[in-house]
Amino acid sequence: MPRKTLKCLFGVDEGSRANRKVVVGHRPCPSNEEIIPPKFCDNRIVSSKYTVWNFLPKNLFEQFRRIANFYFLIIFLVQVIVDTPTSPVTSGLPLFFVITVTAIKQGYEDWLRHKADNEVNKYKVTVLEDGKAIQSESEKIKVGDIVKVEENETFPCDLILLQSHRDDGTCFVTTASLDGESNHKTHYTVPNIGSDLESLTATIECEQPQSDLYKFVGRMDIYKDSQEPIFRSLGPENLLLKGATLKNTKVIYGVAVYTGMETKMALNYQGKSQKRSAVEKSINAFLLIYLFILVSKALVCTTLKYVWQSKPGQDEPWYNEKTQREKDTNLYLKMFTDFLSFMVLFNFIIPVSMYVTVEMQKFLGSFFIAWDKDFFDPEIKEGALVNTSDLNEELGQVEYVFTDKTGTLTQNNMEFIECCIDGFQYKHRDARDELDGFCDTDGPVNKVQQKAGREKEELFLRALCLCHTVQVKESAEQDGLTDQVDGSILDETPSPEERGFIASSPDEIALVKGAMRYGFTFLGLESKTLKILNRSKEVEMYELLHVLNFDPVRRRMSVIVRNGSGETVLYCKGADSSIFPRVKREEVERIRLHVERNATEGYRTLCVAYKRLSPEEYAQVDEDLKEARLALQDREEKLTAVYNQVETEMDLIGATAVEDRLQEEAAETMEALQGAGIKVWVLTGDKMETAKSTCYACRLFQRNTELLELTLRTLEARGRSREERLHELLLEYHKKAVQDAPPVKAGITRSWSGANHDYGFIIDGASLSLMLSSSSESKPSLYESLFLQICQNCTAVLCCRMAPLQKAQIVKMVKNSKGSPITLSIGDGANDVSMILEAHVGIGIKGKEGRQAVRNSDYAIPKLKHLKKLLLAHGHLYYVRIAHLVQYFFYKNLCFILPQFLYQFFCGYSQQPLYDAAYLTMYNICFTSMPILAYSLLEQHIGIEDLLDNATLYRDVAKNAMLQWLPFLYWTLLGVFQGLLFFFGVRYLFSNPALQDNGQVFGNWSYGTIVFTVLVFTVTLKLAMDTRHWTWINHFVIWGSLAFYVFFSFFWGGIIWPFIRHQRLYFVFANMLGSVSAWLVIILLILLSLLPEILLAVFRKNHGSHARQKKLVESSGGGLEFPGSSARPLLMRTFSDESHTVT
Amino acid sequence: MMASSYNAKEEDGHHSGSSSHGGPGAMKSKKPDNTAFKQQRLPAWQPILTAGTVLPAFFVIGLIFIPIGIGLFVTSNNIKEFEIDYTGVEVDSPCYNCAKNFSWNSTSSCLCSVNFTLDQPFESNVYMYYGLSNFYQNHRRYVKSRDDSQLNGVESNLRQPSKECEPYRTSEGLPIAPCGAIANSLFNDTLTLYYYPQNGTKLPVPLTKKGIAWWTDKHVKFRNPGGSANLSIAFQGTAKPVNWRNPVYQLDEDPENNGFINEDFIVWMRTAALPTFRKLYRIIQKKPNTTPTLSSGKYVLEITYNYPVLSFDGRKRMILSTISWMGGKNPFLGIAYITVGSICFFLGVVLLIIHHKYDTRSNSAEIPN
Repeated sequence: MPRKTLKCLFGVDEGSRANRKVVVGHRPCPSNEEIIPPKFCDNRIVSSKYTVWNFLPKNLFEQFRRIANFYFLIIFLVQVIVDTPTSPVTSGLPLFFVITVTAIKQGYEDWLRHKADNEVNKYKVTVLEDGKAIQSESEKIKVGDIVKVEENETFPCDLILLQSHRDDGTCFVTTASLDGESNHKTHYTVPNIGSDLESLTATIECEQPQSDLYKFVGRMDIYKDSQEPIFRSLGPENLLLKGATLKNTKVIYGVAVYTGMETKMALNYQGKSQKRSAVEKSINAFLLIYLFILVSKALVCTTLKYVWQSKPGQDEPWYNEKTQREKDTNLYLKMFTDFLSFMVLFNFIIPVSMYVTVEMQKFLGSFFIAWDKDFFDPEIKEGALVNTSDLNEELGQVEYVFTDKTGTLTQNNMEFIECCIDGFQYKHRDARDELDGFCDTDGPVNKVQQKAGREKEELFLRALCLCHTVQVKESAEQDGLTDQVDGSILDETPSPEERGFIASSPDEIALVKGAMRYGFTFLGLESKTLKILNRSKEVEMYELLHVLNFDPVRRRMSVIVRNGSGETVLYCKGADSSIFPRVKREEVERIRLHVERNATEGYRTLCVAYKRLSPEEYAQVDEDLKEARLALQDREEKLTAVYNQVETEMDLIGATAVEDRLQEEAAETMEALQGAGIKVWVLTGDKMETAKSTCYACRLFQRNTELLELTLRTLEARGRSREERLHELLLEYHKKAVQDAPPVKAGITRSWSGANHDYGFIIDGASLSLMLSSSSESKPSLYESLFLQICQNCTAVLCCRMAPLQKAQIVKMVKNSKGSPITLSIGDGANDVSMILEAHVGIGIKGKEGRQAVRNSDYAIPKLKHLKKLLLAHGHLYYVRIAHLVQYFFYKNLCFILPQFLYQFFCGYSQQPLYDAAYLTMYNICFTSMPILAYSLLEQHIGIEDLLDNATLYRDVAKNAMLQWLPFLYWTLLGVFQGLLFFFGVRYLFSNPALQDNGQVFGNWSYGTIVFTVLVFTVTLKLAMDTRHWTWINHFVIWGSLAFYVFFSFFWGGIIWPFIRHQRLYFVFANMLGSVSAWLVIILLILLSLLPEILLAVFRKNHGSHARQKKLVESSGGGLEFPGSSARPLLMRTFSDESHTVT
Repeated sequence: MMASSYNAKEEDGHHSGSSSHGGPGAMKSKKPDNTAFKQQRLPAWQPILTAGTVLPAFFVIGLIFIPIGIGLFVTSNNIKEFEIDYTGVEVDSPCYNCAKNFSWNSTSSCLCSVNFTLDQPFESNVYMYYGLSNFYQNHRRYVKSRDDSQLNGVESNLRQPSKECEPYRTSEGLPIAPCGAIANSLFNDTLTLYYYPQNGTKLPVPLTKKGIAWWTDKHVKFRNPGGSANLSIAFQGTAKPVNWRNPVYQLDEDPENNGFINEDFIVWMRTAALPTFRKLYRIIQKKPNTTPTLSSGKYVLEITYNYPVLSFDGRKRMILSTISWMGGKNPFLGIAYITVGSICFFLGVVLLIIHHKYDTRSNSAEIPN
């Protein structure tokens, strides 16, 4: 895909134009300049890697880039060219098998990607051509086409809005799948186009495609009736982005300016790079060790061979003369050939089949994720989806989780929870209570039978109804499907008139709806008049005089209205911190308690205040505002100054609490992840306050968490330059969190008591880019490392106001930090795609915001809560399985080849194989492959329930614990020990080869067969001992393999095989079984090789099981006391009666 | 041996059918099947190795292995074996001259005889082996230098031996039968045994050459070509191996033991595992009466010395051995069994002590809680 993008870009760049020129509707314009229609990309999105044509060469190339595959190819070629002890088939067949299986797997996965691409590319769109609407497919859209998009459709490419169905030339879109903001944004048509698109002749000149979602510069030249063209400047407000969805507007027409891979959405993708798991890296490291062992073995043998041959009579005794060709060969060439032959002889030490088995394990194992019914979500009727099976085990290694907020942690549904009027609390409980308590007759009641005066109540509710920028959705028929913004509230509220609202912030809708619930209904804004329906079903009219817009610095907004009686009132709502200093102190005290409690409970709180303006005051304000608005310079500053001046000495009426509802079990999931030793970072494009409250609600931040904030707000706190302040803050936080903090031990679970100090870190996008840019200049990566160190000591980190690429930047930074921790990104929107692609593991949530994230993820799950099982159970098990698989493979091949190596010392270093070729080939393919495959698919060394109950078990395998050098050394030593035992055990038995009771002797093939039999039984039984979870499949496969070995050996030795040159094993196995001594030595050696394993298992289990039993007892004890276990605190908070008693 | 808990998790395999009842193709529900397999909830046996369960196993192993080991050791010790090196390296050895004056071209055989005394009588069947040392029958070039198809009597391979037989494939333009280095270096010393009883007359010990090769080799794997009674016709057009004195059809008078199915030849063709090896040469059948097969006393081994080994520092031996159910004399197995048995027993004791201590300690620690 990146290459494709580049090609697109180059194709344009060749024209060496800084701008692109688009002819609207492909109608030639009467301009003087000649326009050579430039070539643009088509509107195809390509995320697949291969096509039918390039699949074979490209796939083969990619596969042989793998060190192991390349190695086997070399071995195979050596076998073909050089006279080697084993035939090329022995390594060629498995290699062919590996390549084929992998190719099939990758082909299948690419086919899935093709299918997904097609879904997007074949999406039906309507294109206007010569005034006729023509149905077409999305991929056929060309730059310059006029495209018609209807409500709730997504834009198929980047469009310049030409015409909207709305009268005012606007349309609403949500860019949820682009940047995660689900509110409605207003876009404007290009002015003065006229209604007749057919006759529109115009060209658009705009900049070349670039990835910034919020930047667009262009110019439109409209030619009308052969007059001079009219110029219109185009900005981002005219550009509709691919991936955004049209809302609340019936139909729009737009002209395509960027298509396909040049759309801003596509440019915000990052190139798909093949993700490699940590296990694979370990495999490669082990592989190098074994390669070293292999080469040194071959070198030792070659050297010894020539030393040995230098003794007279050894090289070429009379009974064993060389062929003429051999005699003629150059000595050095012979040495080299010998070396290669030894390599081939010992090459089985690097298990070719391990790659097949690993591939198969991953491929088949991933089905268990897709099959898991716990991941099935009845709402969307889908389960988990596995896009890449390469990373199963990585799920068990995650150290950092980067999560999106909107739609991932939260449902993006705001709900009005409670309010506080004049210090009295009003809690909206559920529908039934509401009927009792809040009917239009009696007014709000609270359980403590205290309430504010009716006047205050109504004032508060009027303020809620008036102070906002909400619009009423006009469409008469209101179906639940389209109304996703407020759907969930509607079904709880038996409102007489169900109405939809549109607002830039979902909180506002929640507040308006909250007011509606208490009897005040906002009817809409008509020509500067706000209409509300009050409790007594009367319509009140207010003239809207001014809106003092919200901005993140003031963190409040106000409206100035004139009511029916001619009074002018300013209503203001905003964050507590920005309201409290502007109201009377005694009022604050009454409400502060509520606000603070609500905030810690994770609600978004807003305070509402008002101020009556005398006509004189208003006249002054009006004048000031108008003046500021007309200012040409520093308009923003001037406006702010006026705002600040007006919004003073207000009266605080009350506060509201709105909940952005968390995803199901979000807090438990986060808690489980933290319990598992995973650090959770929230990366969101959302506002800091919102994100912070979500973090509180998810228990990522807790009441005692000290927040370290590095945002524009803190950076601008004093009149210093931002850079200085940044430096200062970073050092301060670093001192606080890193230097002064006691060293954190990895094993300690976060305690509830909060005895040790918790830190939370907050950073916003602007500060981040400041930090990164300033660090690159002066002190490279100093800030970065400071930042990372601080973050490592924080329980949770919140990054807000992040652009999609910034999210990826953060992930990349952590990924490349010291110790290169394994990262996981989880998100649901297209704005998360880049971080999903960047992280080691990318998880997509099958949310509302389209399928971009899912398509680009490695795994997709319906809900956030599924992450817990995915990591704690599946990830842990997969890791253990594959780690064991890898270690076992190296082990079993070491003790397979070691006897063959030792045999060289007894056969004149002549590369004589100890085992028959059939055994050499079949050992890894048939005799020992199935049990380990079954193990690696079915093993549950700890039950799934236990894994889910004890998140700390996840730490047992953290940091790739089972593939560290120590376990590797253990397995290697075990392999060496057993290999030595097999060889020398049989060697001493063969000091007298007369092993049969009729005095007949055994030859070298019997020797090899005895060793091989011991080997097969030992490695299989070793696996059997490691198996903790014996399903019938394990039984079948383990005993079946052994039986198959015996059966095969009989069969292989039972027939004089036609077409085969050597009948080496003819009746060797049967004769072996006829010898009591062979039986005895086989039993003895098997037992002796397993003895250390048994001993270790006993000791390990002794400690392990005791510890685990204790753990289980504790957890089950805890479970009895608190049936909801870890969920309890959250539930307590949300539904408890505590809130009433506090007041 | 293992403490086990059979953990049959709830079996809900019977639900699996329900999803398919919805009608095939009508509506493909993506809901995963609720089968035990797919949900990874197959009933499973979960054995746990603990000291308590392994302990008895150790004792049992110890108790079984030690007697077996003792039995093996005694059996091996009871096997009578007599070995004599007749290479002729030392000047005073009887075959010194034969060894010294060996020449491939000499037509006459060199004879030498070695006297020896058996101190103990050999009861039951006695097996006579020849042993070679420093003879790399397991050298790769040597091992592969044969043509099994030719030896199986396949006509085409008789005329056209496999390339692997090089450089013993053709001789003077004719294909060699049997081809290859193994066949070419067939052990061709003739060993005969004479007994000197008390009264002084030299009695030949009857040596049976039947039954020294594997039955399957003799009857299936090795076959003479042509099937005709007259082997010399069957082998017409082939050359004898260069080092042989006689062609393959003159290995023995007995037609059942001639050509490729000559048992001495078959035994030789089964390449040895190690450079020092022995191969069965003759069997001295137990006499029907009660006298021992070989009574103690003086014997003489008469050797037709044809086989040179000095060039590669080799040794030749003649071994007389009785055989038990475990084969020839080999104390290794007995000792190994006794050792392993003792180790297991010892480990059992150690584990018992540890286990006992550990248990009491953990018990006492848990009581205050």
